[in-house]
Amino acid sequence: MTTTPIIQIENVHKRFGRVHALRGVSLDVRKGEVFVIVGPSGSGKSTLLRCINRLEEYNSGRITVDGICLDDAQNINIVRQEIGMVFQSFNLFAHLPVLDNLMLAQRVVRKRNKQEAKDTALSLLEKVGIPEKAQAYPSQLSGGQQQRVAIARAMAMNPHIMLFDEPTSALDPEMIKEVLDVMLALAREGMTMVVVSHEMGFARAAANRIIFMDEGQILEEAPPGQLFANPKHERTKAFLSKVLQV
Amino acid sequence: MTHIPGAEPQSRIDVWWWLVALVAGLVVLLSVLKPDPYWHLILFVRDGMAITVLLTAVSFVFVLLVGMLGGLGRLSKNRAINLVATLYVELVRGVPLLVQLIWWYFAFPVVIKQIGEWINFAPLANYQANAILLAIVGLVFCYGAYMSEIYRAGIQSIPKGQMEAARSLGMSYFQGMRHVVLPQAIRVILPPVGNEFIALLKDSSLVSVVAVADMTRRGREYMATHFNPIEVWTMIALLYLVMTLFSARMVNWIERRTKFER
Repeated sequence: MTTTPIIQIENVHKRFGRVHALRGVSLDVRKGEVFVIVGPSGSGKSTLLRCINRLEEYNSGRITVDGICLDDAQNINIVRQEIGMVFQSFNLFAHLPVLDNLMLAQRVVRKRNKQEAKDTALSLLEKVGIPEKAQAYPSQLSGGQQQRVAIARAMAMNPHIMLFDEPTSALDPEMIKEVLDVMLALAREGMTMVVVSHEMGFARAAANRIIFMDEGQILEEAPPGQLFANPKHERTKAFLSKVLQV
Repeated sequence: MTHIPGAEPQSRIDVWWWLVALVAGLVVLLSVLKPDPYWHLILFVRDGMAITVLLTAVSFVFVLLVGMLGGLGRLSKNRAINLVATLYVELVRGVPLLVQLIWWYFAFPVVIKQIGEWINFAPLANYQANAILLAIVGLVFCYGAYMSEIYRAGIQSIPKGQMEAARSLGMSYFQGMRHVVLPQAIRVILPPVGNEFIALLKDSSLVSVVAVADMTRRGREYMATHFNPIEVWTMIALLYLVMTLFSARMVNWIERRTKFER
């Protein structure tokens, strides 16, 4: 892990009509860091994550990814190619088999030839542990399998950064582990990861830093051990006591 | 062998084909048993039948294109494009198709000629109306508006996450539309699109009033010399039925072949 920030967020504000979802958020994510965002629902953590690849446009402030400022990014698609994203609801392309889900963007965006895209796809399916499902349609997979395919799909673009938006929130308890295992393996390989999640076990095992967000602001930032052991804010304490109990 | 209820493989052949066979059989039977007037009528209107099929097929290809553009326009965040698409849909579907066809055939050429004279441009001033071409324009213009709404509804029925996933992988809006959203939307809208095809086939009979010798017009011409309305219009109706029932089966077949679980 180096100290170069790969994502710089400076005083970002985001409003949805009357709702002030992000109120001046600033943070740096370093290369190779695993950065976990926790907070109650409605605290703006997903919005913040979605601002990083501009699925959501912020109203003011500045976000720089890989040295490119998102405001004056001529072509946001170029920036997005380097940022993988995993969604809560998987969002696999429903009309395509697993293999084609992994190949589509490689072919269309990265302009790889068919064989190259297929090889990449198959080796990633191997890596996430479901090579036998290459020809299956998303609807034929369990939630855990779908999410692992979604991670592989994002990885197929060889991103520098991976964003995870509550990747295990829509999963049955017994499927959560198989997804977290894949994420842990990624973290160990040195991938820069920004993870919105309530999986405290994952945070403890993999995170370099955790931030706690509430009402569109960052209340606290610390390494996981420190945040869990002695949170500074009352709000953080109350939240953690509820989450950690379960 | 154990029998599991509900586990039978779905029949490969759509049973409603028998209805198509029945009506087609009736046409054949009538032609064989009473060649005069039935078989003579069929020989007389067959060129009109070809025009009806051609007109419908060509128009429909353009309807699909115009509908796609119209549907995307209706969903566009660009104010101007959105306004144009919305005006098109709202205005066109408020005017009867028959009136539109008459306008294209009788009024449009005059407009073109007057513009030609006004700007002193001979090719426009000497414009000669082509009945079939203007009929196609009229059908496409009207049906394109309906089709726009079908496309719009189909695209909106695809969860937003599909486009977001495509965009997050670096695809442009149009790449996401083309490779992710539209392929799914088109499967969703197949039933109403098939419906439009059949409606267009039937409505193409309206072009008989604007100098296109389609099947309906040829039927009228035959009746004018033979004075046998019952036989003529029963047979014309049966011929339309064969075409529409056949189309309905084809749509059903395509639907079954392209089905996927969500």
